[in-house]
This record gives sequence, C-alpha cells and structure tokens, in this order.
Amino acid sequence: MNIYEQQASNRRMTAGIMAVFIGFFLAIGLGFDFFYLNFNPGAVPEYKLKPAGYYEAQGSGGGNVPYGTIGALLFGLGMAANSVFNGTGMVLRSTKARRAAPQNEKEKRFLNVVEEMATAAGLPVPQGYIIPDPDLNAFAAGINPSKAVIAVTEGLVKSLNREELQGVVAHEMSHIRNYDIRLMTVTATLMGAIALISDFSGRSMRYGRRSSVIASSRGSDRKSGGGLFFIVWLLLVLLAPLISRILAMAISRQREFLADASGAELTRNPLALVSALEKIRGAIMPTRAINNGVAHMCIADPRGSLIEEKTGFTADLLATHPPLEKRILALKVMSYQAGKSAA
Amino acid sequence: MAIAIIVLVVVGLGIVMVFNSLVGLRNQVLNAFRQIDVQLKRRHDLIPNLVESVKGEMKFEKETLERVVQARAAAMSAGQGGNMTEVMAKEGMLTQALGRLMAISENYPNLKANEAVKTLMEELTHTENQISFSRQFYNDVVTKFNTKQQVFPMNLFASVLGFTASALWELPIDSPERETPKVNLAV
Repeated sequence: MNIYEQQASNRRMTAGIMAVFIGFFLAIGLGFDFFYLNFNPGAVPEYKLKPAGYYEAQGSGGGNVPYGTIGALLFGLGMAANSVFNGTGMVLRSTKARRAAPQNEKEKRFLNVVEEMATAAGLPVPQGYIIPDPDLNAFAAGINPSKAVIAVTEGLVKSLNREELQGVVAHEMSHIRNYDIRLMTVTATLMGAIALISDFSGRSMRYGRRSSVIASSRGSDRKSGGGLFFIVWLLLVLLAPLISRILAMAISRQREFLADASGAELTRNPLALVSALEKIRGAIMPTRAINNGVAHMCIADPRGSLIEEKTGFTADLLATHPPLEKRILALKVMSYQAGKSAA
Repeated sequence: MAIAIIVLVVVGLGIVMVFNSLVGLRNQVLNAFRQIDVQLKRRHDLIPNLVESVKGEMKFEKETLERVVQARAAAMSAGQGGNMTEVMAKEGMLTQALGRLMAISENYPNLKANEAVKTLMEELTHTENQISFSRQFYNDVVTKFNTKQQVFPMNLFASVLGFTASALWELPIDSPERETPKVNLAV
C-alpha cells in the first residue's frame, strides 16, 4: 500500500466511522422513543366508537413526535462536527498537554527536531506539545497536516538522545502525512461520546419506566417482537463502548508498522527508532496522564500492560499496538537490507 | 471512426493529466530547492555569532576557526555568483569545516558547560540537519519528477512538452565531504 492509497483509505474510513457513529445514535434514539416514550408509528390503531356516531383511531403510538430520535440524531451530528472542529483540542486537554517552551533547552531541542522532520517530509511544521508525565510516550493529533500537533511526554524529551527523538518524531510525522491523525482524532472524540451516552442510557434503564412495552398485555405479537428488539437494543447500548474500543484498536494496530517504516524513510536511520522503542519498552510504567480514550493514538500502549507483548487471538483483538518486539524486528530487518544494498 | 475518436480523446485526456501533474511536480522541485537556499542562508547568519562566542575559549584552535570563517565567505560569494556546482562545492567545504569545529569543541569542557555556547551548538546541529533533510526532500522530489518523465508513454511526450530532467543535489567528485574523516587517537 503506498502513501496515496493509505491517505485515500484513511479518508474513507473516517467518513465510514462517522456514518456508523451517527447510525448508532439513530438506533439509540429510535429505541428510546419506542421503549420509553412509547412512540410507534407502525402500530395498528384501535378504532373506538365516538359518541357522535363515527369511529376514530385512538393513537396507541404514544406521542406523535419522536423526540428521542431527533434529539439523539442532532446530538450525534453535533458530536461528529465537534470531533472535526474541536477534536485536537479535546485530545490535548484530556492529556493535560501544554505548549513546548523554547526557553527550556530540552524542549527547544524537541521543537527543532519537529521542524527538521517537517522539512524532511515536506510538510508544514506541526505544533509541539509536552505531556507532563515521567513515562515515555508520544502521539500526533489533528485534522490535516497544516493543523497538526505532535505531543510527547516530559520523560521522552528528557531520556531520549537527539537521534532517538528524531526517530519518534518521524514516526509521528508519518502519521500526519498519511492522514492517520484525522482518523485517530475523530475516533478518539467519538469514542468518548459513545461511552458517555451509553452510560446515560444504562442508568436510565435502571431507574426508568420501561413498563409500556414489555409488561403491557396489548397485542401478543408486539410483545414478543418488542422483547427481542429490546434485548438487541440493550446489547447495542451496553456493548457500544467495548465495540468502539476494539474497532479503534484494530484501526490503530495496522497503522503502526506503516508509520514505523515511513518514519525510518524520513530519517534514513531505522536503528535510531529501534533504540528509542527499546527505551520506551524498558520504561514499563503506565503513562498516567494518557487515558484509555487516547491509547490508540500513542506510539506505544500507555497502559503499559503485558497484553501488548503477547501474540495470538486475544492480543490481536485487544491490543492497540503490535508487540514492540515485532516492530523492532521489522525495523532491524529494514536497516540490514539498507546496509546490504549500500555496501 | 467513432472508435478512433474515442481513442484520441482518451489519449488526449491522459496527456493533459500527466502534463498537469508534471507541472505540479516541477513547481515542487523549485520550492524544495528554495528551501535548501533558506537553510543555507540561516547557516551563514549563524556562524559569526558562533565564532564570536567560542573564540575566547578556543584560542589554540585558531586555524579551525579561520577555516570556518573563510569557508563561509567563499560559500556566500559562490551563492551570489549563482553557479550551482560552485555553490555545492563551497557549501560542502563549509559543512566540513563546521563538523571539525563541532568535533573539536567536545574537547573543551568549559565550552560544553557554557549555556550560550550550548544553545548555539544546538542551533548549529539543527541547521545542519535542516540542510541535509531539505536536500533529501529535494532529491526525493526530483527523483519523482524525473521518473515520471522517463517512464514509457511519457518519455515520448515529455521533451516535446518542454520538460527536462532536474539535477539531483550531489556532492562534486572532488568534494572534501567525500573523504573519509581521519581520526587521530594518539594521546
């Protein structure tokens, strides 16, 4: 897959994820109307004889306006727009990142390295941010290359030498160049919204009145159908955060190898990234400043969990990143081949 | 007849598309080249400050410092002359002189402890990297541009449409940068 195919695929996936997200809100809203507000336009109306001598349909469909659906749809659209316009800021705020200060010697070096890598990639210079955390980690966010940011932890700036820092920044720069950042930023923001809304529905289910559909003795087919629907809807709402996380992880995992490779293409020095990754791996403590919602954006899993180092189905399903060991091996092979062709 | 017209139209559209992408690439090449220029200029501006601040400590390395100053003057006059091979040769010599200065400055603990010098050294490393990365980017773009002209159907039209291959930024054959640096480990 070359860079243009990668960019096109990222654009498509971003649009796809936003569509799925809005569809999810539509489903939640419809279900809410159906089960809680008793909105059912498809129900067979009951005809009652009026005193005036004619039959009139008695609305068994509850209210005529699907408030829940409209509300959820508007909310979903709003969140999707928000993820595009404010996503970068939200991601940065969630990690408490601050602008890198050129007065500080190490941070000046980081800013310089960012500038160098932008030159190597032929892109505008992204803004450099520092995450106040002693662990080693980094991520890039933004909607397009001209409005991108690269954030690294304090620990990373302190303990990596110039070349290793270059390797890490080059990795992030290739995320920017491939438009991975747009996909990742939008996903991070929407995942947060899904967790919020699912939590809300879960609570209202516990305390709310759902009597109308399940417990009503009106119409037997409606009863069983409604029950099945309700279970599916319930599962959707409860599992949404988990499903969205698994999705985000799958998206992210694919892209790490590619970013490693094209990062090495920028620095022409795969071994620098190898030694940076080894240092990151050595610092096993979790990055506390980075929460789960942003995990898929980072260069290495901020949770510092051991699942990242395992292989097999469970790890494939749950890990945000391929095992560091595999990535290091791939980079070493790359540098060996480069050395061989140069010799 | 109809088929012939369709074929002609398709071929014509294909040529227009490749022509436009070649124009885009040619402008990218020019822009990438300007970027190298910008970085070289930055280096010229940086050197007087650097020499000034290390002069006091490095009295015994007068020769090295003088070589840097001379190389800078030569590179600047070559830049004004505008002859590309000349510029490349002179800038190559400046890179080498600066590399030597940086290597030697490692022997002066006072220099390494000095805040101002440390900042300048970081600036210098940054500028050297910027020069080499902008050169790398320039060469990447030029390679893409040249390849596009030389692959099969386009090699028939490229020269007719007025495109010529751009030159890669290479070191001249006799450039001092090509020499393997001599390391003297005698104490």
